[in-house]
Amino acid sequence: MQPFHILTGLVAPLDRANVDTDVIIPKQFLKSINRSGFGANLFDGWRYLDKGEPGMNHALRPLNPDFALNQPRYRGAQILLARRNFGCGSSREHAPWALADYGFRALIAPSYADIFFNNCYKNGLLPIVLAESEVEHLFHDTAAFPGFRLTIDLERQTVTTQDGGATFKFDVEPFRKHCLLNGLDEIGLTLTHATDIAAFEAKRKIEQPWLF
Amino acid sequence: MTARTLYDKLWDSHVVRSESDGTALLYIDRHLVHEVTSPQAFEGLKLAGRKPWRVGSIVATADHNTPTQHWDRGIEDPTSRVQVDALDANMRQYGAKAYFPFRDKRQGIVHVIGPENGATLPGMTVVCGDSHTSTHGAFGCLAFGIGTSEVEHVLATQCLLTKQSKAMLVKVDGTLPFGCTAKDVALAVIGKIGTAGGSGYAIEFGGPAIEALSMEGRMTVCNMSIEAGARAGMIAVDDKTIAYLRGRPFAPAAEMWDRAAAYWRTLVSDADAKFDRVVTIDAATIAPQVTWGTSPEMVTTIEGRVPDPDKERDPMRRDGIERALAYMGLSPNTAMTDICIDKVFIGSCTNSRIEDLRAAAAVVSGRHKADNVKVAMVVPGSGLVKAQAEREGLDRVFTAAGFEWREPGCSMCLAMNDDRLEPGERCASTSNRNFEGRQGTGGRTHLVSPAMAAAAAIAGHFVDVRRLS
Ligand code: SF4
Repeated sequence: MQPFHILTGLVAPLDRANVDTDVIIPKQFLKSINRSGFGANLFDGWRYLDKGEPGMNHALRPLNPDFALNQPRYRGAQILLARRNFGCGSSREHAPWALADYGFRALIAPSYADIFFNNCYKNGLLPIVLAESEVEHLFHDTAAFPGFRLTIDLERQTVTTQDGGATFKFDVEPFRKHCLLNGLDEIGLTLTHATDIAAFEAKRKIEQPWLF
Repeated sequence: MTARTLYDKLWDSHVVRSESDGTALLYIDRHLVHEVTSPQAFEGLKLAGRKPWRVGSIVATADHNTPTQHWDRGIEDPTSRVQVDALDANMRQYGAKAYFPFRDKRQGIVHVIGPENGATLPGMTVVCGDSHTSTHGAFGCLAFGIGTSEVEHVLATQCLLTKQSKAMLVKVDGTLPFGCTAKDVALAVIGKIGTAGGSGYAIEFGGPAIEALSMEGRMTVCNMSIEAGARAGMIAVDDKTIAYLRGRPFAPAAEMWDRAAAYWRTLVSDADAKFDRVVTIDAATIAPQVTWGTSPEMVTTIEGRVPDPDKERDPMRRDGIERALAYMGLSPNTAMTDICIDKVFIGSCTNSRIEDLRAAAAVVSGRHKADNVKVAMVVPGSGLVKAQAEREGLDRVFTAAGFEWREPGCSMCLAMNDDRLEPGERCASTSNRNFEGRQGTGGRTHLVSPAMAAAAAIAGHFVDVRRLS
């Protein structure tokens, strides 16, 4: 996993609440058995005017000019600004894969759905929670200033506007932060406790043998 | 000892080790696997040179992508076939406690086959790369959906690294009125607390109206916990739970059964256990529910009307209502009973069990679907449900009424196979998600109970099943 330290990036706004994972990556694109290549179909139903199917040449598809990500000013955005309960619905990890494949490295929203929130961390995507009022502030600035950028410092847990005018603190669980900062593989870390797991399992086998 | 909730008990009994920051390594007893969210996990495992920790924990099936008709032709869609083939290959290579491949007579939706085979047992931790894993909580177990990286983590370590959620009690008092079902309870709860209301919580459903539900009904309620934002939903063990499990293929037997059952009976919240939040609903106030929008919380009763955005003060909500109505092609203040439908879908892990099919058949019996309803399909949750329904003659009731009787699978719940809505088509669906495009690009989904879906098929528009004489 790619480590995450400091990111300075362009911000793109997605001004809707309850954006679900079916919208983030529609199901017709879940048939792949790979982890990559989902970026072209991120927000497919909103981004394109035609009906998306796997195997299409996306470069030739008509774009929806009203969709924020299609506006030239947000091209190359690495930070997605969103509203509450982002990522609700299905557990599909294809949602963070698509966001990451598109180029996003961090999300900012007032809240996320639980499973999606977890899935982001596993893919080097940082889901930042800020207060509604702070998110509102950022939506305003993103709209008002073309080229609006933010700097996210994971070590210091801060989001700062490019001119340094505003800084917001965010929370992150220490373990998740540690993994993200170091690009660590969680499975490898868990397996350092293999003896504990085996001992727990052995005891369980005696106490509740019907489970095995 | 301090009083504990059912959730506390399930949690405590699975902690392998705790970290100082509150995260815990949680042992996983049952790992359900399907074709869409597992290929990348198995591949990751292989690439890292790792092996599954305990294949005996795995119960797998192909359900999301599989066709529901012409099984003799196999899976014609090449991309779907690749995923199902990948699952077959992984099962061949690694093995499992049970694998019900495509066309097996016990194949079906992963959340239907777990319980019906006794592979879901009280006191377990149950995970699956699917958010509706919450269904299994109906058996007094801790069941929740995970992403593909976590699927790989469980494969490799038999554990998950996770934090304890807060505990919420949703207490449904009183008695459900005639014509109202578990689905109406689930939708009414979501209507009340919202789709993010359960975020960060594990929900226990309790109270007389929940106790009165069959195991099938309890699964329906727990299934939709995720639509209320909660990863896990659960219901305490009682006589019904234990009676349901007796004699199931993977349930314990003989002396082991007695030991297990004695333990299972302890899986209830202590009388004075504290919940972080309690929501109480009077079942008597619940009427048949119908969603009107693109989120399960956009729901009203069959007596209700499509909301008027102009009456909504909160600008964000108003915007949400306007978008939803535009997508759904509905005008404000339309009576729900005036909404005509094009298709009907009875199925999904929410409502495809035998009791659901019986309820729908009872409404349909002796009637015929309306002409404007192009397709009304019934998709049993599993091969075993299908066989049982056929023994009871339900298939003939449906086909005589002009319904299609299909092979089991997820089908039009998420439309990854050929069963889908065309743009603009409107569907009465017993599934769990009415998101934009969920049942097909541009498709419009209204979530209802099986009886309400059946009644809508007959009338051609939504009707109050209680008034269908
Ligand atoms: S029936 Fe629908 S909700 Fe249930 S597992 Fe299948 S796709 Fe998911």
